[in-house]
Amino acid sequence: MSLFKKLFSTLLFAGAALSAQAETFVFTAIPDEDESRLQQRFNKVADYLSEQLDVDVKYIPVKSYAAAITAFRNNQVQLAWFGGLSGVQARRLVPGSEAIAQGYEDQFFKSYFIANSSTGLTAAENLTDALKGKTFTFGSKGSTSGRLMPEFYLREAFKAAPEDVFERVGFSGDHSRTIAQVQSGAYQVGAVNYTVWENELAAGNIDPAKVSVIWETPTYTDYQWTIRGDVNSRFGEGFKDKVRQALLNMKDKDLLASFPRESFVPATNADYQAIEDTAKAIGLID
Amino acid sequence: MSNNRPNNRPEDFAADGSSVEGAAPAKQSGSLFTAAGRGLSTGRSLGWLSLLLLFSALACLPFADIQVYPSDPWQELGRIGWGFITPWWDDPLSLFYALGQTVAFALLAVLFAVPLGLLLALKWQWRIIRWLAAAVRSVHEIFWGLLFMQLYGLSATTGLLAILIPYTGVFAKVFAEIFARQSRLPQATLSPGSDLISRYAYTLIPQAFAEMSHYVRYRFECALRSSAILGFIGLPTLGFHLETAFKQGDYSNAAALLWLFFLLIATIRFWLKPLLIPLYAIIAVLLLPQLPDTPDGLFWRFISQDIWPYSLQQGDLTSAMMWYSKVFTQEAWPALLDTLMLSQLALVLTGVIALLVYPLGSRALVNRGRLPGRLLLLVMRSTPEMIFAFVLLLVFGPSGLPAVLALAIHNGGLIGFLLAGHSEKQPQRIDDPTGFNRYLYQQTPRLYPGFLAFLFYRWEVILRESAIMGILGIATLGFFIDSAFEEIRYDKAFFLILVTAVLNILVDAVSRRLRRYSGAENAGGLG
Repeated sequence: MSLFKKLFSTLLFAGAALSAQAETFVFTAIPDEDESRLQQRFNKVADYLSEQLDVDVKYIPVKSYAAAITAFRNNQVQLAWFGGLSGVQARRLVPGSEAIAQGYEDQFFKSYFIANSSTGLTAAENLTDALKGKTFTFGSKGSTSGRLMPEFYLREAFKAAPEDVFERVGFSGDHSRTIAQVQSGAYQVGAVNYTVWENELAAGNIDPAKVSVIWETPTYTDYQWTIRGDVNSRFGEGFKDKVRQALLNMKDKDLLASFPRESFVPATNADYQAIEDTAKAIGLID
Repeated sequence: MSNNRPNNRPEDFAADGSSVEGAAPAKQSGSLFTAAGRGLSTGRSLGWLSLLLLFSALACLPFADIQVYPSDPWQELGRIGWGFITPWWDDPLSLFYALGQTVAFALLAVLFAVPLGLLLALKWQWRIIRWLAAAVRSVHEIFWGLLFMQLYGLSATTGLLAILIPYTGVFAKVFAEIFARQSRLPQATLSPGSDLISRYAYTLIPQAFAEMSHYVRYRFECALRSSAILGFIGLPTLGFHLETAFKQGDYSNAAALLWLFFLLIATIRFWLKPLLIPLYAIIAVLLLPQLPDTPDGLFWRFISQDIWPYSLQQGDLTSAMMWYSKVFTQEAWPALLDTLMLSQLALVLTGVIALLVYPLGSRALVNRGRLPGRLLLLVMRSTPEMIFAFVLLLVFGPSGLPAVLALAIHNGGLIGFLLAGHSEKQPQRIDDPTGFNRYLYQQTPRLYPGFLAFLFYRWEVILRESAIMGILGIATLGFFIDSAFEEIRYDKAFFLILVTAVLNILVDAVSRRLRRYSGAENAGGLG
């Protein structure tokens, strides 16, 4: 047993050493698409913020929307690039936290409904009855553009839950995978974030003969940077404003293109009231 | 065994340990002759049991969700196939780091789980201990990981506990069953007043040591798999990169990870030397990832608030009951039926696949030609089911079918591997039948009781694993648990996990009984 004791004390020691490290400002982001691109993107953002804020800044990748929210709630990260819904969920759990900046495009974000060409579905003004009985995939369960808003508009158009409209409803996990699965025909129809679609289209990953956009949703507010309320006490007075300014001043075209956003603009919690109401309306939050 | 004095403690243990539920004759576990697994198992009872299983699966067929959807998967399958034979990784350092993490989590978790499991096994006759063990086993490592992530964030503690806790339950069960199979005779040499610890330390553990260490070794392989899979929820093991690679369609990267993992598993017996384990353990501790700390007080918040519905926290029992009954009737109950049906189908298909593939990996049946078979069994059992499910989803479309097949391929490969090992250990005579006849009339009948025992062990495993098939849009219990975690509804996740645990305790009890009735009790301690 002494081995286990030793091991255990080593573990404790390692834990103690860890917490004694200097304050690092840590942030994360919801894993909504191609992760190697996310890594590249956010490591560059970390370098940028580190330079601007004069503290160590670190990005930690997470595997799910819920993990991003949990890390934020538990103060493992102090800043996060959330989607509309995940931001609302996170701010409900962390009183005092604030949405500080959003992408220019996030003020009028939208989702695309896409369909495999074998369905014969074509672009239309409305969601039509032809969708009924198809197989359908959302993105991640906690996604705004891949779940919340598409579900809201489905319910509005068909006056029924998605499970009753479609023969089968799946959750592909992220937007890139939704596109891949609809393109291969594994699912007939899907809903994706429009920027991810445009990105993949430009990158040549989409075969227009196999999959195409059949409907786009009205616009809504989406992604934003959310920061914990207690950062000033930890990183110094005015730290929150410094972070906000650093984000709004981000001018590097490469950096912005990796999001892809034209620029960042100020945001407030109130901008996301409509998202919160929608989430409540479809029962995603209480 | 009746020659013992009536008040002798060992006798008590034999009776308690083997027939608490009154399902088996008490003398069964006491006899020296049942240790090899013969004696009670008659062809007839085994036959009935097999038919029962088969019919249960057939009865599920009309109701189960196993539709096939036409799709056009060939382009994607072609890319997967091409990736599989052209493994590639840009940054070998990160690859070996992930490999090291995978081993580190598995090794440390097993090192802690073995003594803990042993402690529980000492008091296996207590029903509460058996229930506790069954309950912790019933929750998939991924869900343990998600639970602990609420407490310890994305940290080494989370990864270790996620493996350690269910494995403790597994070790407890298997050790107890190994002990129950040991002869009671050596205990007669101990002083009648010997305490529990002495009895185990001087007779049962030495008697069972070979079998136990064999089992721990096998479990270590499983732990490597669990550790890799924990990467799916964010720990820095192989699964982290594997999930990413598959998600992005970088199949060459995915293949590099898989091949490396296969190599790791295939070479365990060369690098896992008992003397080196302390050294490995030290390296493992040093290797564990350094992740940002979480604040104190999370545990209390979690057990006092997060896992209870709001109404219960407010003391409003009526609406709390309504909440629970709503979750049960709308989600838990239908999901429970779906889960049971899918796992029943997967179970029977697992059995069929295992019987078909085991001869390919057995020297007793294919002589020197066993290498391809061994490789096949390795790939089948070491590839995470999620990967199979992902590929099969492309082929068959979204339904329970890819899940059933993925579970059956994985578990069939695993049982096939275990059977192949046992097949090689069978004594052979010069006038034994050869070739197909040996398979049909000698090896398979001899292995059959053990095979059924393996299958029953895997029953609860399949039940548990069916949980992580939510990606397919099939409404198993795991689908709802996963949804609850994603929606940050830990109260619901906790309740559904409890339902799963109860289901597993029931399945465990049924499979205990069935194994006893059929005589398919003894499988050399592997499961």
